[in-house]
Amino acid sequence: MAMKINDKKFNDRVNQGIHDSVMRRAVSSAQERLYTRRLSAAEELGNWEQWRDLGEQIRQHTLENLDYYLMQLSENVSRRGGHVFFAKTKEEAVQYIKEVVERKQAKKIVKSKSMVTEEINMNQTLESLGCEVIESDLGEYILQIDDHEPPSHIVAPALHKNKSQIRDIFKEKLGYEQSDDPYEMTKFVRGILREKFMEAEIGVTGCNFAVANTGSICLVTNEGNADLVMSIPKTQIAVMGMERIVPTMEELDVLVSLLCRSAVGQKLTSYITVAGPIVEGEGDGPEEFHLVVVDNGRSEILGSQFRQVLQCIRCAACINVCPVYRHIGGHSYGSIYPGPIGAVLTPLLDGYDDFKDLPYASSLCAACTDACPVKIPLHELLIKHRQVIVEKEGRAPLVEKLAMKMFEMGASSAALYRLGSKLAPTATSPFTSGERFSKGIGPLKNWMEIREFPAPSKERFRDWFKKHKKKG
Amino acid sequence: MKVALFVTCLVDMFRTNVGKATVELLEHLGCEVEFPESQVCCGQPAYNSGYVEEAKKAAKNMIRAFEKTEYVVTPSGSCATMFLEYAHIFKDDPEWKDRAKELAEKTYELTQFIVEVLKITDVGAKLEGKATYHTSCHMKRLLGVKDAPFTLLSHVEGLQVEPLPNAQNCCGFGGTFSVKMSPISKQMVDEKVNSVMETGADYLIGADCGCLMNIGGRMERLGKKVKVMHIAEVLNSR
Repeated sequence: MAMKINDKKFNDRVNQGIHDSVMRRAVSSAQERLYTRRLSAAEELGNWEQWRDLGEQIRQHTLENLDYYLMQLSENVSRRGGHVFFAKTKEEAVQYIKEVVERKQAKKIVKSKSMVTEEINMNQTLESLGCEVIESDLGEYILQIDDHEPPSHIVAPALHKNKSQIRDIFKEKLGYEQSDDPYEMTKFVRGILREKFMEAEIGVTGCNFAVANTGSICLVTNEGNADLVMSIPKTQIAVMGMERIVPTMEELDVLVSLLCRSAVGQKLTSYITVAGPIVEGEGDGPEEFHLVVVDNGRSEILGSQFRQVLQCIRCAACINVCPVYRHIGGHSYGSIYPGPIGAVLTPLLDGYDDFKDLPYASSLCAACTDACPVKIPLHELLIKHRQVIVEKEGRAPLVEKLAMKMFEMGASSAALYRLGSKLAPTATSPFTSGERFSKGIGPLKNWMEIREFPAPSKERFRDWFKKHKKKG
Repeated sequence: MKVALFVTCLVDMFRTNVGKATVELLEHLGCEVEFPESQVCCGQPAYNSGYVEEAKKAAKNMIRAFEKTEYVVTPSGSCATMFLEYAHIFKDDPEWKDRAKELAEKTYELTQFIVEVLKITDVGAKLEGKATYHTSCHMKRLLGVKDAPFTLLSHVEGLQVEPLPNAQNCCGFGGTFSVKMSPISKQMVDEKVNSVMETGADYLIGADCGCLMNIGGRMERLGKKVKVMHIAEVLNSR
């Protein structure tokens, strides 16, 4: 699927999102639920701000010493008999996975949820080899059988659908005949997936965190599917973004707490498993273990002014509070990473060509920054993107550039501003009637399509103030 | 106490009454208000659109304008936040770094100044009716001023303040966002208008003219009869 999920223009996608009432109801009720749950989970912990500080420190420390921890991780995985592959690009990552699959002559692959495998477009490549690749996370499974619909959320990929839509998909694609009761539907899929787990030759997982000093990976789920993916098939391939690493179990403890509380408002999710290559004496686990560490542009981000985005632990708290996301839905972003984190990350990983609108899809209300458990200044990074678009990319519209030039002149010269603001009531008089504008001109046109705009006051404040002072 | 008023360009040109109310209120509370004439705009529209160099020029003008003052007070949480941001913008500029920091440290949003510096919680205002208060994002999240407006409003005689449902949501203003992403902005402001209407309030009060022009302009277009007031105007009612 790669980063880009469709070819429509940004405005068309937004328009489609805004008019999808089913999606909007689903998203806003999910946001409401997750918002309250997250707040109470944070409150329960007592000193949430201190936890956030700690989370930020751990992530920053890890990023500052990423080379060291990656080396340590790699040594420890190898020591335990696993294989580690560092993939510079998504192509290299997929190629390596493909080679493992071919060597194993595997045809049946089962997966747990992983955004980075979406990023590198793994499923499609393996399917082209004739493999059956089954998504075992319920949300991902729904999308997969619904003609590979892209995810609209990084934690709850099918968040945009309601239960009757899901029942209809099950009915059409799987011959399901029962009700839209979530329990019944889940039980039904569970039956199907159980068989898939049992017959799979290779299990592919993501990686919430890799623990450097033990050489293990940690997976966080509520369905327990990842545990089956990493314990039944004889071969496991874990795919991780290069930055998803913690030094030791101690830091893992902090980050998992932040992740679960921020993502779903739970103290801990139902299953949190730390595993890796099978160790002598253990009853189950893969005989062969591969860890694919994906760079795909992350090294470049690490050395840039956007470095803080790599602190992300993919909890989606920013998405769950974003008002823009609520109204346009995940698919409008056009990327597998939607919402504020997606608007920052996507142009970094995949360029501005397809995604130059994303940094503007924010009112800079900073709800995202406020919600982030590892304190990524998301709204500031969006402004930085805008700066790059204006200064380095030269992609800003000409009208905007001219307007800003005029702004600069007016705002840096009091004399010019005084003249301009003095003339404003007269200059705008053909477009005003009484206390408001009657016709939208320039940038006011869009404003006035839905709102009134006040006419400039006949007397500026500064003129009043002079008189006021004289009166004493 | 001497106070320099940073009136903001929106108030200077469009919402003059808010400026007048701010001056009268501060004078009523015993402050001597001055108005540095060379002040223009804080540069936020340019800065938030990615035009940092243009914003810096505006910022330098403002730093100069307020250099010789003791306290800077402004009837806008968002514009106060921009003054604070100067310290960040000039952090690597040896000539402007300290001057920017100094301005940031002496800048207060109006209600914040009254509660934190003047230590006043009852300004002796009177206004009959039911009101709801719109919490603006920059003031709450970036400036960190959450309680001061509510504290002051709770002492206004005759005023009943109804909580605004989903107060945490942005109204969809966002400066240039409101025109650049107008279809999305519309959804956001409509949601906010619905929340305001749910309260049954006679007045919508806020501390940022940008948000108030957005919500107020939409309500006016929709024919809603809620009166929009800046908190300075409310606190100056007597």
